[in-house]
Amino acid sequence: MHDAPSPQQIVEAVGGYLRDEAMPALASGHGDASVAHHARVAANLLAIAQRELAEDPAVAAGERARLQALLGSPQTDIAALTRQLCEAIAGGTIGQHTPGLAEHLWLTTLAKLAVDQPRYDTYRRHGGADAPEA
Amino acid sequence: MTAPTPALAPALLQVLAGDGSTGETRIEGLTRLSGGASQQTWSFDWVQGDHRTPLILRRSPPQAVARTNIAAGLAAEAALIRLAGQQGVPVPALQAVLSPEHGLGEGFVMQRLAGETLGRRIATEARLAPARQHLARQCGQALARIHAMPLQHPAMPALRQAGPAAELAHYRQWQAGHGTLRPVFVLALQWLAAHRPAEPVTPALVHGDFRNGNLLVDERGLRGVLDWELAHAGDPMEDLGWLCVNSWRYGVHDRPVGGFGILADLFEGYRSAGGQVLPERVHWWQVMGTLKWGLICEDMLKAWLSGAERDVEKAAIGRRASEAEIDLLDLLVARR
Repeated sequence: MHDAPSPQQIVEAVGGYLRDEAMPALASGHGDASVAHHARVAANLLAIAQRELAEDPAVAAGERARLQALLGSPQTDIAALTRQLCEAIAGGTIGQHTPGLAEHLWLTTLAKLAVDQPRYDTYRRHGGADAPEA
Repeated sequence: MTAPTPALAPALLQVLAGDGSTGETRIEGLTRLSGGASQQTWSFDWVQGDHRTPLILRRSPPQAVARTNIAAGLAAEAALIRLAGQQGVPVPALQAVLSPEHGLGEGFVMQRLAGETLGRRIATEARLAPARQHLARQCGQALARIHAMPLQHPAMPALRQAGPAAELAHYRQWQAGHGTLRPVFVLALQWLAAHRPAEPVTPALVHGDFRNGNLLVDERGLRGVLDWELAHAGDPMEDLGWLCVNSWRYGVHDRPVGGFGILADLFEGYRSAGGQVLPERVHWWQVMGTLKWGLICEDMLKAWLSGAERDVEKAAIGRRASEAEIDLLDLLVARR
Protein backbone atom coordinates (compact mmCIF):
# COMPACT_ATOMS: atom_id res chain seq x y z
CA MET A 1 0.00 0.00 0.00
CA HIS A 2 1.02 3.61 -0.47
CA ASP A 3 0.67 6.60 1.73
CA ALA A 4 -1.49 9.73 1.73
CA PRO A 5 -1.77 11.95 -0.18
CA SER A 6 -3.46 9.60 -2.66
CA PRO A 7 -3.16 10.26 -6.39
CA GLN A 8 -6.59 11.85 -6.26
CA GLN A 9 -5.55 14.12 -3.38
CA ILE A 10 -2.31 14.99 -5.16
CA VAL A 11 -4.21 16.05 -8.23
CA GLU A 12 -6.45 18.13 -5.95
CA ALA A 13 -3.38 19.79 -4.38
CA VAL A 14 -1.70 20.58 -7.67
CA GLY A 15 -4.86 21.72 -9.33
CA GLY A 16 -5.57 24.03 -6.41
CA TYR A 17 -2.10 25.56 -6.56
CA LEU A 18 -2.15 26.11 -10.28
CA ARG A 19 -5.65 27.64 -10.12
CA ASP A 20 -5.21 29.83 -7.04
CA GLU A 21 -1.54 30.88 -7.23
CA ALA A 22 0.46 30.18 -10.35
CA MET A 23 -2.08 31.18 -12.94
CA PRO A 24 -3.07 34.51 -11.38
CA ALA A 25 0.61 35.34 -10.69
CA LEU A 26 1.72 34.55 -14.19
CA ALA A 27 -1.21 36.36 -15.71
CA SER A 28 -0.40 39.61 -13.91
CA GLY A 29 3.35 39.38 -14.50
CA HIS A 30 4.23 39.12 -10.78
CA GLY A 31 6.30 35.94 -10.89
CA ASP A 32 8.95 35.40 -8.22
CA ALA A 33 11.28 32.74 -6.87
CA SER A 34 8.67 31.38 -4.49
CA VAL A 35 6.27 30.74 -7.38
CA ALA A 36 8.99 28.94 -9.32
CA HIS A 37 9.79 26.85 -6.25
CA HIS A 38 6.18 25.82 -5.73
CA ALA A 39 5.82 25.01 -9.40
CA ARG A 40 8.72 22.63 -9.04
CA VAL A 41 7.16 21.02 -5.94
CA ALA A 42 3.95 20.63 -7.92
CA ALA A 43 5.73 19.01 -10.84
CA ASN A 44 7.45 16.55 -8.50
CA LEU A 45 4.12 15.65 -6.95
CA LEU A 46 2.66 14.92 -10.35
CA ALA A 47 5.63 12.66 -11.11
CA ILE A 48 4.94 10.73 -7.89
CA ALA A 49 1.33 10.29 -8.92
CA GLN A 50 2.35 9.10 -12.35
CA ARG A 51 4.81 6.54 -10.97
CA GLU A 52 2.27 5.19 -8.54
CA LEU A 53 -0.45 4.94 -11.13
CA ALA A 54 2.00 3.13 -13.45
CA GLU A 55 3.17 0.69 -10.78
CA ASP A 56 3.10 -2.98 -11.78
CA PRO A 57 0.12 -4.64 -10.03
CA ALA A 58 2.50 -7.44 -9.03
CA VAL A 59 3.99 -5.09 -6.43
CA ALA A 60 0.76 -4.82 -4.44
CA ALA A 61 0.02 -8.50 -5.01
CA GLY A 62 3.42 -9.36 -3.57
CA GLU A 63 2.84 -7.14 -0.55
CA ARG A 64 -0.53 -8.78 0.07
CA ALA A 65 0.93 -12.29 -0.22
CA ARG A 66 3.79 -11.52 2.18
CA LEU A 67 1.40 -10.06 4.76
CA GLN A 68 -0.95 -13.05 4.47
CA ALA A 69 1.98 -15.42 5.03
CA LEU A 70 3.39 -13.41 7.97
CA LEU A 71 0.04 -13.16 9.72
CA GLY A 72 -1.40 -16.50 8.67
CA SER A 73 -4.45 -14.61 7.46
CA PRO A 74 -6.79 -15.06 4.48
CA GLN A 75 -7.59 -11.32 4.63
CA THR A 76 -7.13 -9.65 1.24
CA ASP A 77 -7.32 -5.96 2.17
CA ILE A 78 -3.75 -4.66 2.42
CA ALA A 79 -4.62 -1.85 4.86
CA ALA A 80 -6.39 -4.29 7.20
CA LEU A 81 -3.42 -6.69 6.99
CA THR A 82 -0.98 -3.85 7.65
CA ARG A 83 -2.98 -2.75 10.67
CA GLN A 84 -2.79 -6.32 11.99
CA LEU A 85 0.95 -6.33 11.44
CA CYS A 86 1.35 -3.06 13.37
CA GLU A 87 -0.66 -4.52 16.26
CA ALA A 88 1.40 -7.72 16.24
CA ILE A 89 4.66 -5.77 16.36
CA ALA A 90 3.35 -3.46 19.10
CA GLY A 91 2.13 -6.47 21.04
CA GLY A 92 5.44 -8.29 20.67
CA THR A 93 4.08 -11.37 18.84
CA ILE A 94 6.00 -10.39 15.71
CA GLY A 95 9.47 -8.86 15.86
CA GLN A 96 12.68 -8.19 14.05
CA HIS A 97 13.66 -11.86 14.11
CA THR A 98 10.34 -13.27 12.94
CA PRO A 99 11.07 -15.10 9.67
CA GLY A 100 9.84 -13.06 6.76
CA LEU A 101 9.41 -9.73 8.55
CA ALA A 102 12.69 -8.14 7.50
CA GLU A 103 12.19 -9.13 3.87
CA HIS A 104 8.60 -7.88 3.91
CA LEU A 105 9.49 -4.49 5.40
CA TRP A 106 12.43 -4.01 3.04
CA LEU A 107 10.49 -4.91 -0.12
CA THR A 108 7.48 -2.81 0.89
CA THR A 109 9.63 0.19 1.74
CA LEU A 110 11.77 -0.09 -1.39
CA ALA A 111 8.54 -0.11 -3.42
CA LYS A 112 7.44 3.08 -1.63
CA LEU A 113 10.72 4.84 -2.40
CA ALA A 114 10.57 3.73 -6.03
CA VAL A 115 7.43 5.85 -6.30
CA ASP A 116 8.09 8.61 -3.73
CA GLN A 117 11.81 9.37 -4.24
CA PRO A 118 13.70 7.02 -6.57
CA ARG A 119 16.77 9.24 -6.25
CA TYR A 120 16.95 8.98 -2.46
CA ASP A 121 20.46 7.84 -1.53
CA THR A 122 19.49 5.01 0.85
CA TYR A 123 17.16 3.58 -1.79
CA ARG A 124 19.93 3.68 -4.39
CA ARG A 125 22.43 2.11 -1.97
CA HIS A 126 20.09 -0.85 -1.59
CA GLY A 127 19.89 -1.42 -5.31
CA GLY A 128 16.86 0.73 -6.06
CA ALA A 129 16.31 1.61 -9.70
CA ASP A 130 14.05 4.08 -11.43
CA ALA A 131 11.22 1.68 -12.22
CA PRO A 132 9.19 0.24 -9.30
CA GLU A 133 10.27 -3.29 -8.34
CA ALA A 134 7.99 -6.05 -9.51
CA MET B 1 8.45 38.18 -1.77
CA THR B 2 5.29 39.26 0.09
CA ALA B 3 4.44 42.97 0.26
CA PRO B 4 5.52 44.21 3.73
CA THR B 5 2.99 45.34 6.31
CA PRO B 6 2.71 49.10 5.69
CA ALA B 7 3.51 49.98 9.30
CA LEU B 8 6.48 47.60 9.61
CA ALA B 9 9.31 49.88 8.46
CA PRO B 10 8.47 52.89 10.70
CA ALA B 11 7.87 50.56 13.66
CA LEU B 12 11.25 48.90 13.06
CA LEU B 13 12.96 52.29 13.09
CA GLN B 14 11.38 52.95 16.50
CA VAL B 15 12.54 49.57 17.79
CA LEU B 16 16.09 50.18 16.60
CA ALA B 17 16.28 53.78 17.75
CA GLY B 18 15.44 52.77 21.32
CA ASP B 19 15.20 56.02 23.26
CA GLY B 20 16.91 57.98 20.50
CA SER B 21 15.59 59.75 17.45
CA THR B 22 14.75 58.05 14.17
CA GLY B 23 15.74 61.14 12.16
CA GLU B 24 18.22 60.47 9.29
CA THR B 25 17.50 56.75 9.46
CA ARG B 26 15.58 54.51 7.11
CA ILE B 27 14.85 50.87 6.37
CA GLU B 28 15.87 49.48 2.98
CA GLY B 29 15.35 46.18 1.21
CA LEU B 30 12.65 44.92 3.57
CA THR B 31 11.97 41.38 2.31
CA ARG B 32 10.04 38.55 3.85
CA LEU B 33 12.19 35.41 3.87
CA SER B 34 9.93 32.71 5.24
CA GLY B 35 7.38 31.81 7.83
CA GLY B 36 3.76 30.85 8.00
CA ALA B 37 0.90 32.74 9.52
CA SER B 38 2.20 32.51 13.07
CA GLN B 39 5.86 33.38 12.63
CA GLN B 40 7.68 35.65 10.20
CA THR B 41 11.31 36.20 9.26
CA TRP B 42 12.26 39.43 7.46
CA SER B 43 15.55 40.68 6.05
CA PHE B 44 16.36 44.40 5.83
CA ASP B 45 19.12 46.99 6.06
CA TRP B 46 19.07 49.73 8.71
CA VAL B 47 20.62 52.81 7.20
CA GLN B 48 21.84 55.56 9.52
CA GLY B 49 23.48 58.29 7.45
CA ASP B 50 26.45 56.54 5.80
CA HIS B 51 26.20 53.46 8.01
CA ARG B 52 24.35 50.35 6.80
CA THR B 53 23.57 47.49 9.19
CA PRO B 54 22.24 44.22 7.72
CA LEU B 55 19.59 42.79 10.05
CA ILE B 56 16.98 40.06 10.47
CA LEU B 57 13.60 40.44 12.19
CA ARG B 58 11.89 37.41 13.66
CA ARG B 59 8.41 38.07 14.96
CA SER B 60 5.08 36.58 15.85
CA PRO B 61 2.40 39.17 15.00
CA PRO B 62 0.04 40.26 17.79
CA GLN B 63 -2.94 38.45 16.32
CA ALA B 64 -1.06 35.21 15.59
CA VAL B 65 -2.44 31.82 16.56
CA ALA B 66 -0.49 30.31 19.47
CA ARG B 67 2.37 28.06 18.45
CA THR B 68 2.60 24.49 19.65
CA ASN B 69 3.85 23.96 23.17
CA ILE B 70 7.05 22.50 21.75
CA ALA B 71 8.50 25.83 20.69
CA ALA B 72 10.24 27.93 23.31
CA GLY B 73 8.83 31.22 22.08
CA LEU B 74 10.61 34.14 20.49
CA ALA B 75 11.46 35.97 23.72
CA ALA B 76 13.13 32.79 24.96
CA GLU B 77 14.94 32.44 21.63
CA ALA B 78 16.33 35.98 21.94
CA ALA B 79 17.55 35.28 25.48
CA LEU B 80 19.23 32.05 24.34
CA ILE B 81 20.98 33.74 21.42
CA ARG B 82 22.31 36.46 23.73
CA LEU B 83 23.50 33.93 26.33
CA ALA B 84 25.02 31.66 23.69
CA GLY B 85 27.02 34.55 22.28
CA GLN B 86 28.36 35.28 25.74
CA GLN B 87 29.43 31.63 26.06
CA GLY B 88 31.48 31.67 22.86
CA VAL B 89 28.95 29.93 20.61
CA PRO B 90 28.94 31.48 17.13
CA VAL B 91 25.58 33.24 16.81
CA PRO B 92 24.27 36.43 15.25
CA ALA B 93 24.52 39.43 17.59
CA LEU B 94 21.22 40.42 19.13
CA GLN B 95 20.25 43.99 18.12
CA ALA B 96 16.92 44.57 19.86
CA VAL B 97 13.99 42.77 21.47
CA LEU B 98 10.42 43.80 20.59
CA SER B 99 8.24 45.32 23.30
CA PRO B 100 4.44 45.35 23.27
CA GLU B 101 4.38 49.13 22.73
CA HIS B 102 6.07 48.68 19.34
CA GLY B 103 2.88 47.01 18.16
CA LEU B 104 4.77 44.35 16.17
CA GLY B 105 3.99 41.41 18.45
CA GLU B 106 6.65 39.23 20.06
CA GLY B 107 10.12 38.92 18.54
CA PHE B 108 13.61 40.29 18.12
CA VAL B 109 16.06 41.82 15.67
CA MET B 110 19.47 40.27 15.12
CA GLN B 111 22.54 40.75 12.96
CA ARG B 112 22.22 39.33 9.44
CA LEU B 113 25.36 37.26 8.93
CA ALA B 114 26.91 36.67 5.51
CA GLY B 115 27.29 33.02 4.58
CA GLU B 116 25.51 29.94 3.36
CA THR B 117 22.60 28.24 5.10
CA LEU B 118 21.36 25.84 2.41
CA GLY B 119 22.30 22.37 3.61
CA ARG B 120 22.85 20.88 0.19
CA ARG B 121 25.36 23.59 -0.69
CA ILE B 122 27.18 23.26 2.63
CA ALA B 123 27.50 19.51 2.06
CA THR B 124 28.44 19.52 -1.63
CA GLU B 125 29.51 22.87 -3.09
CA ALA B 126 33.17 23.00 -4.14
CA ARG B 127 33.54 26.56 -2.86
CA LEU B 128 32.87 25.32 0.70
CA ALA B 129 35.27 22.35 0.61
CA PRO B 130 37.79 24.24 2.82
CA ALA B 131 35.04 24.81 5.40
CA ARG B 132 34.06 21.11 5.39
CA GLN B 133 37.60 20.20 6.48
CA HIS B 134 36.97 21.41 10.03
CA LEU B 135 33.22 22.02 10.16
CA ALA B 136 32.41 18.84 12.13
CA ARG B 137 35.02 19.72 14.73
CA GLN B 138 33.66 23.28 14.99
CA CYS B 139 30.14 21.90 15.41
CA GLY B 140 31.40 19.65 18.21
CA GLN B 141 32.98 22.63 19.98
CA ALA B 142 29.86 24.79 19.56
CA LEU B 143 27.67 21.99 20.91
CA ALA B 144 29.89 21.44 23.94
CA ARG B 145 29.61 25.15 24.74
CA ILE B 146 25.84 25.10 24.28
CA HIS B 147 25.52 22.08 26.56
CA ALA B 148 27.68 23.76 29.21
CA MET B 149 25.41 26.85 29.40
CA PRO B 150 24.07 26.88 32.97
CA LEU B 151 20.32 26.26 33.14
CA GLN B 152 20.22 28.19 36.44
CA HIS B 153 21.63 31.39 34.91
CA PRO B 154 19.32 34.31 35.84
CA ALA B 155 18.89 35.24 32.16
CA MET B 156 18.13 31.67 31.07
CA PRO B 157 14.48 31.39 30.03
CA ALA B 158 12.22 28.71 31.47
CA LEU B 159 12.47 25.65 29.21
CA ARG B 160 10.46 22.46 28.92
CA GLN B 161 12.20 19.40 30.34
CA ALA B 162 12.43 16.37 28.07
CA GLY B 163 14.89 13.50 28.37
CA PRO B 164 14.73 10.12 26.59
CA ALA B 165 11.61 8.84 28.41
CA ALA B 166 9.54 11.99 27.85
CA GLU B 167 10.58 12.33 24.22
CA LEU B 168 9.82 8.69 23.45
CA ALA B 169 6.42 8.92 25.12
CA HIS B 170 5.63 12.13 23.23
CA TYR B 171 6.55 10.72 19.82
CA ARG B 172 4.79 7.41 20.46
CA GLN B 173 1.62 9.35 21.23
CA TRP B 174 2.10 11.63 18.25
CA GLN B 175 2.46 8.67 15.89
CA ALA B 176 -0.68 7.03 17.26
CA GLY B 177 -2.58 10.26 16.72
CA HIS B 178 -1.67 10.41 13.04
CA GLY B 179 -3.62 7.23 12.38
CA THR B 180 -1.18 6.00 9.74
CA LEU B 181 -0.21 2.35 9.30
CA ARG B 182 3.57 2.11 9.45
CA PRO B 183 4.98 -1.18 10.72
CA VAL B 184 8.48 0.28 10.34
CA PHE B 185 7.66 3.11 12.76
CA VAL B 186 6.08 0.66 15.22
CA LEU B 187 9.20 -1.52 15.05
CA ALA B 188 11.40 1.52 15.61
CA LEU B 189 9.34 2.53 18.67
CA GLN B 190 9.81 -0.99 20.07
CA TRP B 191 13.57 -0.77 19.51
CA LEU B 192 13.74 2.69 21.08
CA ALA B 193 11.86 1.46 24.17
CA ALA B 194 14.07 -1.62 24.50
CA HIS B 195 17.29 0.40 24.23
CA ARG B 196 16.24 3.55 26.03
CA PRO B 197 19.10 5.14 27.99
CA ALA B 198 18.59 6.27 31.58
CA GLU B 199 17.65 9.90 32.22
CA PRO B 200 20.75 12.12 32.34
CA VAL B 201 21.88 12.77 35.92
CA THR B 202 22.10 16.49 35.16
CA PRO B 203 19.85 17.88 32.42
CA ALA B 204 21.62 20.21 30.01
CA LEU B 205 20.52 22.84 27.54
CA VAL B 206 19.69 21.08 24.26
CA HIS B 207 19.53 23.21 21.08
CA GLY B 208 16.84 20.93 19.69
CA ASP B 209 17.34 21.51 15.96
CA PHE B 210 21.11 21.57 15.43
CA ARG B 211 21.40 20.22 11.89
CA ASN B 212 22.78 21.07 8.50
CA GLY B 213 20.04 23.46 7.43
CA ASN B 214 20.23 25.60 10.56
CA LEU B 215 23.92 26.41 10.37
CA LEU B 216 25.46 29.47 8.74
CA VAL B 217 28.77 28.57 7.11
CA ASP B 218 31.35 30.43 5.05
CA GLU B 219 34.72 29.39 3.61
CA ARG B 220 36.25 29.63 7.08
CA GLY B 221 33.66 27.31 8.60
CA LEU B 222 30.87 27.69 11.16
CA ARG B 223 29.75 31.30 11.57
CA GLY B 224 26.35 30.99 13.18
CA VAL B 225 24.06 28.53 14.93
CA LEU B 226 20.47 29.45 14.03
CA ASP B 227 16.89 28.55 14.92
CA TRP B 228 16.87 28.11 18.69
CA GLU B 229 13.09 27.85 18.97
CA LEU B 230 13.10 24.11 19.84
CA ALA B 231 15.60 24.47 22.70
CA HIS B 232 14.76 22.54 25.87
CA ALA B 233 16.43 20.94 28.91
CA GLY B 234 17.39 17.30 28.44
CA ASP B 235 20.03 14.86 27.23
CA PRO B 236 22.78 16.73 25.33
CA MET B 237 23.55 13.65 23.22
CA GLU B 238 20.21 14.35 21.51
CA ASP B 239 21.86 17.21 19.59
CA LEU B 240 24.72 15.02 18.32
CA GLY B 241 22.30 12.31 17.20
CA TRP B 242 20.01 14.76 15.38
CA LEU B 243 22.96 16.21 13.49
CA CYS B 244 23.64 12.74 12.03
CA VAL B 245 20.12 11.95 10.73
CA ASN B 246 20.50 10.84 7.10
CA SER B 247 17.91 13.24 5.70
CA TRP B 248 20.23 16.16 6.24
CA ARG B 249 23.33 14.59 4.76
CA TYR B 250 21.93 15.61 1.37
CA GLY B 251 22.99 12.37 -0.24
CA VAL B 252 26.53 12.31 1.18
CA HIS B 253 25.94 9.17 3.21
CA ASP B 254 29.56 8.51 4.14
CA ARG B 255 29.78 11.88 5.95
CA PRO B 256 27.44 11.15 8.87
CA VAL B 257 27.84 14.61 10.37
CA GLY B 258 25.56 16.77 8.25
CA GLY B 259 26.92 15.34 5.02
CA PHE B 260 30.13 17.28 5.69
CA GLY B 261 32.08 15.43 8.40
CA ILE B 262 32.90 12.27 10.29
CA LEU B 263 31.94 11.27 13.83
CA ALA B 264 35.55 11.15 15.05
CA ASP B 265 35.93 14.86 14.27
CA LEU B 266 32.57 15.81 15.83
CA PHE B 267 33.46 13.89 19.00
CA GLU B 268 37.00 15.27 19.12
CA GLY B 269 35.69 18.84 18.83
CA TYR B 270 33.12 18.15 21.55
CA ARG B 271 35.73 16.72 23.93
CA SER B 272 38.23 19.50 23.19
CA ALA B 273 35.67 22.02 24.47
CA GLY B 274 35.13 20.04 27.67
CA GLY B 275 32.19 17.86 26.69
CA GLN B 276 31.69 14.15 27.40
CA VAL B 277 30.62 11.95 24.48
CA LEU B 278 28.40 8.92 25.17
CA PRO B 279 28.35 7.17 21.77
CA GLU B 280 25.57 4.67 22.55
CA ARG B 281 23.30 7.52 23.52
CA VAL B 282 24.24 9.40 20.34
CA HIS B 283 23.20 6.34 18.30
CA TRP B 284 19.89 6.07 20.19
CA TRP B 285 19.13 9.72 19.52
CA GLN B 286 20.04 9.29 15.86
CA VAL B 287 17.44 6.51 15.60
CA MET B 288 14.97 8.67 17.56
CA GLY B 289 15.72 11.61 15.28
CA THR B 290 15.24 9.52 12.15
CA LEU B 291 11.78 8.49 13.37
CA LYS B 292 11.00 12.03 14.50
CA TRP B 293 11.66 13.43 11.01
CA GLY B 294 9.17 10.91 9.58
CA LEU B 295 6.60 12.00 12.14
CA ILE B 296 7.18 15.66 11.29
CA CYS B 297 6.40 14.82 7.64
CA GLU B 298 3.21 13.04 8.72
CA ASP B 299 2.23 16.01 10.86
CA MET B 300 2.65 18.52 8.03
CA LEU B 301 0.59 16.31 5.74
CA LYS B 302 -2.09 16.03 8.40
CA ALA B 303 -2.35 19.83 8.46
CA TRP B 304 -2.86 19.82 4.70
CA LEU B 305 -5.42 16.99 4.83
CA SER B 306 -7.41 18.87 7.47
CA GLY B 307 -7.54 22.02 5.35
CA ALA B 308 -5.65 24.05 7.96
CA GLU B 309 -2.76 24.47 5.53
CA ARG B 310 -3.13 25.00 1.76
CA ASP B 311 0.55 25.09 0.76
CA VAL B 312 1.29 22.39 -1.84
CA GLU B 313 4.59 21.70 -0.04
CA LYS B 314 2.67 20.40 2.95
CA ALA B 315 0.95 17.86 0.72
CA ALA B 316 4.22 16.87 -0.97
CA ILE B 317 6.08 16.34 2.28
CA GLY B 318 3.72 13.47 3.13
CA ARG B 319 5.66 11.49 0.54
CA ARG B 320 8.96 12.10 2.34
CA ALA B 321 7.95 10.07 5.39
CA SER B 322 9.08 6.97 3.49
CA GLU B 323 12.69 8.21 3.54
CA ALA B 324 12.50 7.98 7.33
CA GLU B 325 11.20 4.42 6.98
CA ILE B 326 14.05 3.28 4.75
CA ASP B 327 16.61 5.03 6.96
CA LEU B 328 15.19 3.28 10.04
CA LEU B 329 15.43 -0.09 8.27
CA ASP B 330 18.99 0.79 7.25
CA LEU B 331 19.83 1.45 10.92
CA LEU B 332 17.89 -1.38 12.56
CA VAL B 333 17.00 -4.24 10.24
CA ALA B 334 19.48 -6.27 8.24
CA ARG B 335 18.10 -7.41 4.90
CA ARG B 336 17.68 -11.16 4.90
